[in-house]
Amino acid sequence: MPLFEVRGLTHFFGGLKAVSDFNLTFEGGELMGLIGPNGAGKTTIFNLVCGVYHPTHGEVRIEGRNLARRYPHQVTGMGIARTFQNIRLWPEMTVLDNIRIAHNTKLSYGFLDAIFQTSRYRREEKGIDRKSEEVLEIMGLRDYTEELAKNLPYGLQRKVEIARALVIRPKLLLLDEPSAGMNLGEKEALIGLIRWIRREFNLTIWLIEHEMRVVMNLCEGIQVLDFGEMIAHGRPEEIQSNPRVVEAYLGKEID
Amino acid sequence: MNKYSLTLLTFLFFVLVVGLSWAGMLSSYTQLILMFVGVNIMMSSSLNLVNGYMGEFSCGHAGFMAVGAYSTSLLTVWFFTTGSVFGPNLLAPAWAIALFPLILLFGGLIAALVGLLVAFPSFRTRGDYLAIITLAVNYIVKSAIENIQPIGGARGFMGMGRVVNGMKAVADIPWMMIWTWIFAFLTILLIKRFVSSTYGKGIIAIREDEIAAEIMGVNTRRAKMVAFMLSSGLAGFAGGLFAHILGYINPGSFGIMKSTEALVMVYLGGMGSLSGSVLSAVLFTLLLEILRPLQLYKWVVVPLILILLMLFRTEGLLGHRELTDVFPRLKRIFGSKEKVHAAL
Repeated sequence: MPLFEVRGLTHFFGGLKAVSDFNLTFEGGELMGLIGPNGAGKTTIFNLVCGVYHPTHGEVRIEGRNLARRYPHQVTGMGIARTFQNIRLWPEMTVLDNIRIAHNTKLSYGFLDAIFQTSRYRREEKGIDRKSEEVLEIMGLRDYTEELAKNLPYGLQRKVEIARALVIRPKLLLLDEPSAGMNLGEKEALIGLIRWIRREFNLTIWLIEHEMRVVMNLCEGIQVLDFGEMIAHGRPEEIQSNPRVVEAYLGKEID
Repeated sequence: MNKYSLTLLTFLFFVLVVGLSWAGMLSSYTQLILMFVGVNIMMSSSLNLVNGYMGEFSCGHAGFMAVGAYSTSLLTVWFFTTGSVFGPNLLAPAWAIALFPLILLFGGLIAALVGLLVAFPSFRTRGDYLAIITLAVNYIVKSAIENIQPIGGARGFMGMGRVVNGMKAVADIPWMMIWTWIFAFLTILLIKRFVSSTYGKGIIAIREDEIAAEIMGVNTRRAKMVAFMLSSGLAGFAGGLFAHILGYINPGSFGIMKSTEALVMVYLGGMGSLSGSVLSAVLFTLLLEILRPLQLYKWVVVPLILILLMLFRTEGLLGHRELTDVFPRLKRIFGSKEKVHAAL
């Protein structure tokens, strides 16, 4: 059974076909890239996987379980975590709280436990604190634990966002343009970070990226999307020389 | 040691207030004001849960107070007094001592259920639109009560005074003062515990970025439901106590004016600040009493204060901060477990 499977994914926004018959299979451990010009439907695919939108046709499965009609928080609970194109931390909260709240998806205690501070509540909160601090330690964010998320520089915010996704120990990590808004040095560091977390957390990673340097450097396989349709897929060097991809990005040569 | 000092201080305050009222050293007017302070603390801190912590704008908080006030009053009057509405009493008036807190809890529960009227629309809409829905719920509750003639309609409902007298006949202690402050402390404790748990912090994440909250694992529907129910339930307690303190209620006292008072207290104290809500409830209640000689002009002065507040100090007295953040020295005295933990 594959780890993650997308079959015939199709989605309409009104009359507009945003995604058309998209297919993908992860056996586990891959690092795949999804590229395409602006408006090609890349983020829409991520949103369909996460349950933000429900697809018009097609299905998404993780470890054989169908994700149809599930709420985003349930999808996250099933092992898919993601980051956002424009960083979406909770700005007025501390870094530690940002990480802590991600545990909501696996919380076993309820309202009454929280009010009466039962032993189950205390045990679980202690575990959450430990796991959160552990992740912050691993990601080198230890010094910023009590800092408000909005006060961190951009690169660190991105790192916190990745830490927030990792703390629930996902099986599949979706990164939506992780290098957006970064300078050259930060991009280099990011490539190293992604490689490293993949080994450290034994992850399958699927990333959307505009920056060719990042994609070509990182990904083992790439799919290219244009107007909601997959126009090419293969290894990075194959993609680079594929005429349809060049056409989608740069336009057609006039004879 | 430190973490107990707040509890100790609270306990001392409680003993002092109840003791002084019992000994007859406080005039009944002063006692009344003290009880209103307690009720207002419950109103402002419970509204803060929705408006401050969750970042929605609920402006019909008095509606839930009305539900609590009427449901507890109807039950106590039915159980413990003989009257024209419900006939002879079901239980001996002395039972009121034991059953009053339970009935109050029940009243809160009913108010919490009415809170669902706001919680369900909040799944689909937010901001201004939800604010209008809360306003509508306030009016629905008020006009519903006005039109139920058996419980007095617009004329109001009374008899709670006899219930309290029944309790006093058994033991002459300031019962309402005791219950008001017990429930006020309970309210603060409940909200404090809720918003400091990972479970409750989900509502703060909703305020900060709802989409991120939902995708990063917060069950936003459940969180909103819990927050609205908790908030309206606590307002229900405040209503039940308010009714028994005054001995008489009418739907007119739970209109938009009352909701506005609660809003003013929340914004005066600071959004998302529990100590701010307590502080502002105390200040606001006293202010209203000081301004009483102005009669109707009071309602010119109070909104004026709100306007000045919004112009010069938008975040309120303590916006998103607690007293311990403003005066770090207090931490040494009241240092909570969390802060000590962070320092380590």
